[in-house]
Amino acid sequence: MRVLLMAFAMGAALACVLAPLAAQTAIVEVKIDNFVFSPERLTVKAGTTVTWINHDDIPHTVAAKDRAFKSKVMDSDELFSFTFSTPGEYSYFCSLHPHMTGTIVVEGTTGSSASQ
Amino acid sequence: MTSNNDGFGNGTTRRKVLECMTWAGTGLLWMVSGGVPRSLGLVDQSVAQEKQGLTFLQISDSHVGFDKPANPNAKGTLEEAIGRIKALPQQPSFMIHTGDITHLSKPAEFDDADKIISQAKLDVHYVPGEHDIIDEEAKLYRERYGRGSKGDGWYSFDAGGVHFVGLVNVKNLKAGGMGSLGEDQLKWLAGDLKGKTASTPVVLFAHIPLWVVYETWGWGTDDGARALDVLKGFGSVTVLNGHIHQVMQKVEGNVVFHTARSTAFPQPAPGSAPSPGPMKVAEDKLRTMLGVASVTFKRGDQRLAIIDTPLQG
Repeated sequence: MRVLLMAFAMGAALACVLAPLAAQTAIVEVKIDNFVFSPERLTVKAGTTVTWINHDDIPHTVAAKDRAFKSKVMDSDELFSFTFSTPGEYSYFCSLHPHMTGTIVVEGTTGSSASQ
Repeated sequence: MTSNNDGFGNGTTRRKVLECMTWAGTGLLWMVSGGVPRSLGLVDQSVAQEKQGLTFLQISDSHVGFDKPANPNAKGTLEEAIGRIKALPQQPSFMIHTGDITHLSKPAEFDDADKIISQAKLDVHYVPGEHDIIDEEAKLYRERYGRGSKGDGWYSFDAGGVHFVGLVNVKNLKAGGMGSLGEDQLKWLAGDLKGKTASTPVVLFAHIPLWVVYETWGWGTDDGARALDVLKGFGSVTVLNGHIHQVMQKVEGNVVFHTARSTAFPQPAPGSAPSPGPMKVAEDKLRTMLGVASVTFKRGDQRLAIIDTPLQG
């Protein structure tokens, strides 16, 4: 997490890093396998860091439809993480293979009825 | 391979074109000759050589930098492909490269690709694949290949009485979509073709197939049909693409669609695998699934031939 925060600070508005899979706890993961984001739809609480892992032999990207975030190209086994602080629904796709799509639903942390 | 003879022979079109396809061990040769279908039988290189007129080569999907199990040495197989081109008894006029020159748009990959491809000592007309514009603003591709091009890198030129148009359909892709040309490029295309006579043979080349090969895998171009609308009045249109790493051909009216093999790794036939990713085949099979294409135009008798030659077999 510290690595992420430092990179955030250094990279100005860049809220993302490509980092090796370090000993981080409670990683919420989206796998890329066979040109599919899995799970395709993921619900998390605000403040959660989501990490995408590319298991394909072909590079992919993770790009928000509304441009809220965009990874660099992820080659095989590379990662991309993004921390979702604002509740809402984030649709994203692979900018190289746009038929690959996914959604992250971010729920507010204050609402007691919020469930996953 | 798909073929569509929709409307053929029902008298509703003034089609002068008949098509005849022949598969042979070394490649596919098909021939069109004013109103008369002709079978050429077994394909070999001498058939191409006795043809006069314009011959050019298509190479595609070199993926320089790719080192995964499907082909740990994509650079080596590109070298082999260029070696075969150099050894042709009759040299083509030029080459087109239909994109994915590199695997990750790295400067060293572009350098390596240039070093190898330039050994053919032929002019090469490029269009980018999605793997060539990974860096921001596609700077590396544009610096090397974008000179004299419009917009995101599209352009046209004339050779041997044929009008060639290089299109870019890998930029500004939309979520859930396929390849995309965009309004600016379509507008430019219409302007570019204005004033060309209907009898001018036109070759369109772009990375992703302009026709929908397989939507589930994104193998098509969302607004590809609009580009073809612009070409409706033309008597001979040939569309050359890459991206899908296999030979596929379709004939629709006076338009011939053709995709070339990769020089790097094969990809599965549409829907035959869980994903379109690189296909690992037996070592001794790999080179039978990689290769280049040769295209010959002969004016006057409306003859056109595409020969796909694998690296081996």
